[in-house]
Amino acid sequence: MSRSNDDPRRQVQVLPERIGNVADSEFPGHYPGEDHSWNLQKFKKNLICSIQRLTPSTVEFDLVGVDASIANALRRVMIAEIPTVAIETVYVWNNTSIMQDEVLCHRLGLIPLKIDPRELVYKKSANSAPHDRDTVVFDLRVRCDKKDGSKGETDPKKMYHDSNVYTGMLQWQVNEDQRKRMGGEAPRPVDPDILLVKLRPGQMVDMHCFANKGTGADHAKFSPVATASYRLLPHIKLRGPIPEEHQEKFQKCFVPGVIAIKEDEYGSPQVVVENPRKDTVSREVLRHKEFEGLVELSRIRDHFLYNVESAGQYRPEELIPEAIDILLKKISDVEVGLDKLFEDDATAA
Amino acid sequence: MKKTYANKGSDWYAKGVKSVEEKWELLPAFLQVKGLVKQHLDSFNYFVNVDIKAILAANSLVVSDMSPNHFIRYLDIHVMKPMRVEGGSNTMVTPMECRLTDSTYSAAILVDIEYTAEDKIKRMKGVPIGKLPIMLRSELCWLNAMGKTEKDLARMGECPLDPGGYFVVKGTEKVILVQEQLSKNRIIVMADSKKDVVTAEVTSSTHDRVVKTYVTTKSGRLYLRHNSFKELIPIVIALKAMGITSDKEIIQLLCGTDERYQEAFGVSLEEAAKNKIFTRKQALEWIGVRTSQNQELAAPGTQKLTYSDIANQALAAMVLGHVPVRDMNFRPKCIYLATMARRVLMAMIDESMVDDRDYVGNKRLELAGQLLSLLFEDSFKTWNSEIKKSMDKLLEKKARTAFDASKLLLAGQGSITNAFVRSISTGNWSLKRFHVERAGVTHVLSRLSFIAALGMMTRISSQFEKTRKVSGPRALQPSQWGMLCPSDTPEGEACGLVKNLALMTHITTDVPEEPLIKLAFMLGVEDISLVTGNELYRPGVHLVQVNGTLIGVTHLARRFVDTFRKLRRAGRTSEFVSIYINHHHRMIYIASDGGRICRPMIIVEKQRSRVTSAHMRLLKEGKVTFDHFLRSGLVEYLDVNEENDSFIACYEHQIEEGTTHLEIEPFTILGAVAGLIPYPHHNQSPRNTYQCAMGKQAIGAIAYNQLNRIDTLLYLMTYPQQPMVKTKTIELVGYNRLPAGQNATVAVMSFSGYDIEDALIVNRASADRGFGRCHVLKKQTIPIRQFANGSSERLAFPLDPPRPEAYAWVDRADGIIAPGSHANQGDVLIHRETPVDTRGGSRSDTYKPTPIAHKLPEPTMIDKVLITEGDDGAMVKILTRQTRRPELGDKFSSRHGQKGVCGLIVPQEDMPFNDQGIVPDIIMNPHGFPSRMTVGKMIELLSGKAGVVSGALQYGTAFGGSKVVDMSKILIDKGFSYAGKDMLTSGITGQSLECYVYFGPIYYQKLKHMVMDKMHARPTGPRANLTRQPTEGRSKDGGLRLGEMERDCLIGYGATQLLLERLMISSDAFETQVCEICGMLGYNQWCPMCKTGKGIIKLTIPYAAKLLIQELMGMNIMPRLCMEDTV
Repeated sequence: MSRSNDDPRRQVQVLPERIGNVADSEFPGHYPGEDHSWNLQKFKKNLICSIQRLTPSTVEFDLVGVDASIANALRRVMIAEIPTVAIETVYVWNNTSIMQDEVLCHRLGLIPLKIDPRELVYKKSANSAPHDRDTVVFDLRVRCDKKDGSKGETDPKKMYHDSNVYTGMLQWQVNEDQRKRMGGEAPRPVDPDILLVKLRPGQMVDMHCFANKGTGADHAKFSPVATASYRLLPHIKLRGPIPEEHQEKFQKCFVPGVIAIKEDEYGSPQVVVENPRKDTVSREVLRHKEFEGLVELSRIRDHFLYNVESAGQYRPEELIPEAIDILLKKISDVEVGLDKLFEDDATAA
Repeated sequence: MKKTYANKGSDWYAKGVKSVEEKWELLPAFLQVKGLVKQHLDSFNYFVNVDIKAILAANSLVVSDMSPNHFIRYLDIHVMKPMRVEGGSNTMVTPMECRLTDSTYSAAILVDIEYTAEDKIKRMKGVPIGKLPIMLRSELCWLNAMGKTEKDLARMGECPLDPGGYFVVKGTEKVILVQEQLSKNRIIVMADSKKDVVTAEVTSSTHDRVVKTYVTTKSGRLYLRHNSFKELIPIVIALKAMGITSDKEIIQLLCGTDERYQEAFGVSLEEAAKNKIFTRKQALEWIGVRTSQNQELAAPGTQKLTYSDIANQALAAMVLGHVPVRDMNFRPKCIYLATMARRVLMAMIDESMVDDRDYVGNKRLELAGQLLSLLFEDSFKTWNSEIKKSMDKLLEKKARTAFDASKLLLAGQGSITNAFVRSISTGNWSLKRFHVERAGVTHVLSRLSFIAALGMMTRISSQFEKTRKVSGPRALQPSQWGMLCPSDTPEGEACGLVKNLALMTHITTDVPEEPLIKLAFMLGVEDISLVTGNELYRPGVHLVQVNGTLIGVTHLARRFVDTFRKLRRAGRTSEFVSIYINHHHRMIYIASDGGRICRPMIIVEKQRSRVTSAHMRLLKEGKVTFDHFLRSGLVEYLDVNEENDSFIACYEHQIEEGTTHLEIEPFTILGAVAGLIPYPHHNQSPRNTYQCAMGKQAIGAIAYNQLNRIDTLLYLMTYPQQPMVKTKTIELVGYNRLPAGQNATVAVMSFSGYDIEDALIVNRASADRGFGRCHVLKKQTIPIRQFANGSSERLAFPLDPPRPEAYAWVDRADGIIAPGSHANQGDVLIHRETPVDTRGGSRSDTYKPTPIAHKLPEPTMIDKVLITEGDDGAMVKILTRQTRRPELGDKFSSRHGQKGVCGLIVPQEDMPFNDQGIVPDIIMNPHGFPSRMTVGKMIELLSGKAGVVSGALQYGTAFGGSKVVDMSKILIDKGFSYAGKDMLTSGITGQSLECYVYFGPIYYQKLKHMVMDKMHARPTGPRANLTRQPTEGRSKDGGLRLGEMERDCLIGYGATQLLLERLMISSDAFETQVCEICGMLGYNQWCPMCKTGKGIIKLTIPYAAKLLIQELMGMNIMPRLCMEDTV
């Protein structure tokens, strides 16, 4: 790490009633005598990306040394532009459940499907005929019936067969070509136990679902992330020693783990910042008169703590590279466009 | 009061004296026995069980004029439960069946009779005379709660949360609104300060008639005013005519020993002397001359009455008709009249003695039962007279067959049934006998939302004219406290006139007064007839009045009242009898009449609440009910008048010397609708009123049977949620089970400028996932008519459909569109065929197609098809359904009267987000707060947020609820800012926002006003036939009117060509021909006037102008058009 977190230029001030220094001030020509023109070497030197936590569904990582616009672009692309596959068209052959056709179809659309979107292409247009390159087909055929010998029972699950329709009951219409392309894995919903609708004896649903590739910009169901957001690294600066009688109170102003009370070399307890990352920036400490002037809260402007939770179509660690790919593609598109523009200008002149 | 507060510091209250824990638990116990619509049910039950029998008894004999020994005598009357006779056996009819089949939920009225059949007297039981619509959930209804579980109700297709209390007439649900009136048989003193006139007024209401009697002043003298008399009758003359001839006694009756009164009354005494009236006979004659002749009393055929007889009759029957005159004993009536006069004197001397007409204690509420009994009385009398007529007709004939009166009853069915059905379905109450002609008594039960239906059941409409500009009746009355909701009233012309009952109220029904009078005498009241004028106004003597009739006097007023109350608490009289002392009038009023509002209160004795924690524990354990509390004298009902005579503490710590009662729970001063508002005590009061109006427009769940209903228009929400911040009222009325709204995460900040003027920014991803999604269900009823000649319409699939694409989803077998199909504009719903000849004698086999198509431009789904037979023949009902997601311009509102339209729908990635990555569903502009002062909304957000982070629902109950400090504590503990403000990051720039943003859940309602129903534009389209101008209104694809004011602008600006285009060319331009010679209209190059085509020229004028010219010609006016060249 090249620059200290104590550098005031890197800090977004967390004040009692407002937030200061929100924007980066280090741009060319702002500080006399300093060179802030963009430099790849410098950027490379400052850029840090480290994964803090990885679970099957979420990834938390730090991104340090980029501008908010870049960090935000990654977030936006993850939400709206990474494609996934979701049910888009449904043929309702029969639906005698209590739920209206549209509502059931809407719910079907929102199911995250475990299909690798990279193996599918976008549909040419909404009306073009489906093809196994662009469409995955599922069937949902469930009928509820009474179970024998369930007299005196009141729990519907024990009284009836298939009284609850779950996502696991969606059946993929087998297509060996597709299976091959998906690496032998059969398309299926990410979670098999999302409740779609409840049935009672005699009711049934019979539907034919067509899943297509799409992006979150089109409909939220295509978004591959449940949350994709970041926060800035909190920074707590103690400007003076906290009197012993207030130390516990001071500690309580933060989430457990942020502030520790340690003995200094003379054996008297002192307040130290242990882990600012854990702080939720509740600003509770700023409310109390006794701490006035003793503490300064801020956040590091170019230190982004990302939290990305995958909806299940991608593994969480795949999402960032995927987003970066899309971002690069967009940049190169702009590049090509600009080149063309200048080319035209040159020929015109 | 001041002293007690001063002595005990605030922490004294905070620590709390030992108090009855959770005394509010009495409220659910109360609602369990009474329910929110108990007043309607009680009233209807009273009518069916008691009143109808009284009416029958009063009209029990029908005797023929022809032969007096032929008669029908009614012995008893019953109303059955709703039944249908089907193949000889009776089956139960449920309300749901009636709704679906457009029939009436009614039951037979049966009478037991005794009649002459030839020479014998026969008896017959259970003769039907008509059908009475049955109030849902009343004793006669199948849904009556006694022993019915939710499952039983579900089996009958009924929602367990539905309150009942309405009727189903011809398939529509009708409510008879509670009517507010000035109480009958009570003296009310009014003063006109400008004219210096004081008037005491009594509306005497008996079974026979309703008459008004006044005692009024004119230049300092007292007069009796009544419709029977042509002029004012001096009060002294009236009293003398009623038998009090001694001036001294008159003075004693009126003024007692008080010299001020005697002095003021002196002039009135002189007037009688001036008129030379001294004896009773003189007085009667004087009055008789001035009595209106056209009276029903003067029976035809009898000999002419003398003046004094006329006066005697008028005084006995018409004046103060409710005071009985038995055996010509005028004494009680004299004293009553004297009391009225005394009250006028009192008001003359002391202006503060004038009564307040708007005082709720002077009001009576008329309910469904009373209105139905009026209707029944009227129609039963008509029916009897019809029977009598046909009896006479039968007996007139000499060679008649064996006479059997019972056959007449069976033959004359229908008139009573029709009277009920007609009155309830139109709302017109026309009663000939009482000269009552009331319109708008019934209303269609609003099923827009659950709360709308519930709100309608507690509504009270006033008889007061809406157009009059008096503020008194509209103003909030202090006596309304706890009885009528202070918030729930409409805005605009009906403001303050339409009211709603508070949560814990009851409306009384009549209680017989004879036992009360007896009881009063036993407790030492001296009979009024035995009291002389001298004794009447001695100090310490109080008069006793029962339901407006003076019965006696007592010397020990306080003790009498206390004993009486003790007896009531012991259950010796009905709990709804009220007794109170009016010290100004020196009168004890006992009231047992129907229509008084009352509410229960905890009795306090010796500064101790009678209800203790031990009692509450028993209640919680379900060992006792509310009725036990009543019967053991822990709780009692107080009506407004008695409440006024009590000293009531709001909270237990406020009990002090002299406190008589303790409120059960302060939030019950609000009604069911205002009870939905969280923290209403923090809001500016009009905001609560606005929310009361808007809560009724919120889309949500309507009833558990909502998907089985087929209503004209139904709005349902796809994913309704119960509010994060609820109130006790919400739980009590069941709003948490049938909610109308969703908990939206709201960021209070500005965004993009599309949020000005209360507009809201909606997150597109939220809308994608189902936020604000709703269904609109519309019904189309297609009758299958039968014609007089026996032919009828038929349904079929046409052999060769004219537009096959419009018939794509029509069923081949029956010609009806299939449920689940998708109908666009113009698609056929039903292919019906009507016989060509519907009138001729013979049936014909030729039919012409009369298909019914989907008219609206928006495509819709077919939800349901019902083929049924109702009271008026067969019909097909088609229910269509649309599912709508929120769009630009849809209206939303929080629960604090803060409505706004959706101004922009923003993609999720553009929305700001907080540290947890939470993105708001709605962004609301903070400018909505300062001027509206809806602090309750802010607290709702805070409590909601605390609830979300701690995983619990919070309470926002009025005058209580979760405290802000507690909520802030939760937030701090969970790592949030105590103020509820979060640090947000802009989704557009990626940088932190420069301010903290108030962020958290607020319950938002989607209102029924949606852009899709209102959006309208037309380039060109249909025109009206007569004027050839564009049609009006969206439903007829009409044009948008350029009105007078817009026209004025164009004139003022001088835009003549634009004016010409808007008003003629684009409207009703018409090319006509005019003869230049005569100036008349011509045609075909020919002037019919001049008989030549020489002067004909072409002219474009508005078709309306051409029409005017021709209409003038039709009136023999010759309009000439004089042509001139334009320069």
